[in-house]
Amino acid sequence: MDSGEVEGRTLAAGSATGRVLRLDEPLSLWGGMDPATGRIIDRRHPQAGQSLAGRVVVMPAGRGSSSSSSVLAEAIRAGTAPAALVLREADPILALGALVASELYDRRMPVVVIDERAHAAIRAGDEVVVRAGPRGASVRGPRGSATPRG
Amino acid sequence: MLDGDAGEGPRIAMRIVASMAEVLDADHLIDVASAHVDGCLYQGQASLDFAERLARAGARVSIPTTLNVGGVDLLHPGLYRGDPDRAARSRRLMGLYEGMGCRPTWTCAPYQLPDRPSFGQHVAWAESNAIVFANSVLGARTDRYGDFIDICAAITGRAPAAGLHLDANRAGGILFRLSSVPGRLLSEDILYPLLGHLIGAESGSLIPVIDGLPPTTTEDQLKALGAAAASSGSVGLFHAVGVTPEAGSLEQAFAGRVPRREVTVTPALMAEIRDGLSTTTGRIDAVSVGTPHFSLDEFGALTPLIERTAINPEVDFYVSTSRAILAEVERMGWMSAYRRAGIQIVTDTCTYIAPILSPSTRVVMTNSGKWAYYAPGNIGVEVVLGSLAECVRSAAEGRVWRDDALWRG
Repeated sequence: MDSGEVEGRTLAAGSATGRVLRLDEPLSLWGGMDPATGRIIDRRHPQAGQSLAGRVVVMPAGRGSSSSSSVLAEAIRAGTAPAALVLREADPILALGALVASELYDRRMPVVVIDERAHAAIRAGDEVVVRAGPRGASVRGPRGSATPRG
Repeated sequence: MLDGDAGEGPRIAMRIVASMAEVLDADHLIDVASAHVDGCLYQGQASLDFAERLARAGARVSIPTTLNVGGVDLLHPGLYRGDPDRAARSRRLMGLYEGMGCRPTWTCAPYQLPDRPSFGQHVAWAESNAIVFANSVLGARTDRYGDFIDICAAITGRAPAAGLHLDANRAGGILFRLSSVPGRLLSEDILYPLLGHLIGAESGSLIPVIDGLPPTTTEDQLKALGAAAASSGSVGLFHAVGVTPEAGSLEQAFAGRVPRREVTVTPALMAEIRDGLSTTTGRIDAVSVGTPHFSLDEFGALTPLIERTAINPEVDFYVSTSRAILAEVERMGWMSAYRRAGIQIVTDTCTYIAPILSPSTRVVMTNSGKWAYYAPGNIGVEVVLGSLAECVRSAAEGRVWRDDALWRG
């Protein structure tokens, strides 16, 4: 597909545009991200110190604490959350954080799952559009770029 | 319930349970016998907004529900050194959950309370270490619930038929062999958080199976293992052959299938993890044990150690536990030893989530893999991981003391 669009599954509905931040390892948002700033505070994480705020965060999976739902909802409320989460494995804890934020604040942060090959092909720094609706999700890279090829 | 015939509170809760069922691809819901709720720990305004929305809608729990730690120690409020506004919000949140009918247990180790879930029973537990304990050690069945869904399951008494509730998702996938670990190390508590850390880091989404733990492995050792595995990874269930109830044999643990991966555990690997989880060495300012909350048996092990060791007055020493266990410790007559040694007991919360340590604390020694994993990010301290005996001796000397005999292969 020359527009570089891949399809996936919706875990939480919404649409967003943002620059890709790739996380090399799963991140537990609780204990891993400061919801006041959006920064990664897990010092053992390869991307420690980077900010998730406003980025399309592409990471393999969620990890660790079951409090991550709250941290994500709080970050969405505070405006420090990622623009979207693009995962390789479904993560109910992250989906729930986005779901509750949409119930409470009417702010929708898409959480989507795409297959491994497409996930690997998304390039850090590219501007991508994430759309997640009841019938499915899509991640579209910049026209003509290699991102992502599903 | 979705129609609101049971009231607005249950309607909101059921909507969230149903949405999660969709995310999890569950085709139906099941009854759950109890819940353990983690949403009572203040994470920001969103925590309060959600609880208030439910409470205002008249929501009440419909099944026995315990509460995880909160953001303040209600029994020892003077220990809180942080922002008073945040303390007030934490307290308000704790009150909202209690008001919805949850029991004010305030512990991350609900499995140390009476009436724990029975083998095969479906429950909805949050708190990663409690989840892994319920599934692995008790053989109860809970998926990895988190904040929000926990209270919704408690209100509705229902949960998606998915994840670790189902037989198909409980079979082993990755094997950890301990044949290279000598007996002395296997009987030492400190092995367990290290092994747990390795298992969490290596397992990904596979269910880990451990072959070679002695049948004498204690619940506290399994608790430390599970807590560390659920910190470094997403482990919600492990099997230990001959130890945990769904792993009478290797074959049973893997449900007759072949392991997808195998990892050989060695003493050198364990020492490497110990050092990886320790961010410093030398002088220490504090010791913190009891993450997850100290059990009565752990108090039983610590009490004689502190009775014969004088803790350095420059070193703060904290033990986190539940108010239920503290009552037992008082009944045993052990508290005088802790008062004499100047050791501070913390209840209802934990030293790595509430601002309790002195602001001048830079280096903390702990026997907990979970504490060592999260504290540097959460409260900005350096950590040293060691056994309980190493922690006590280090607290006496004011600097890290290692029992070298422990780590020789």
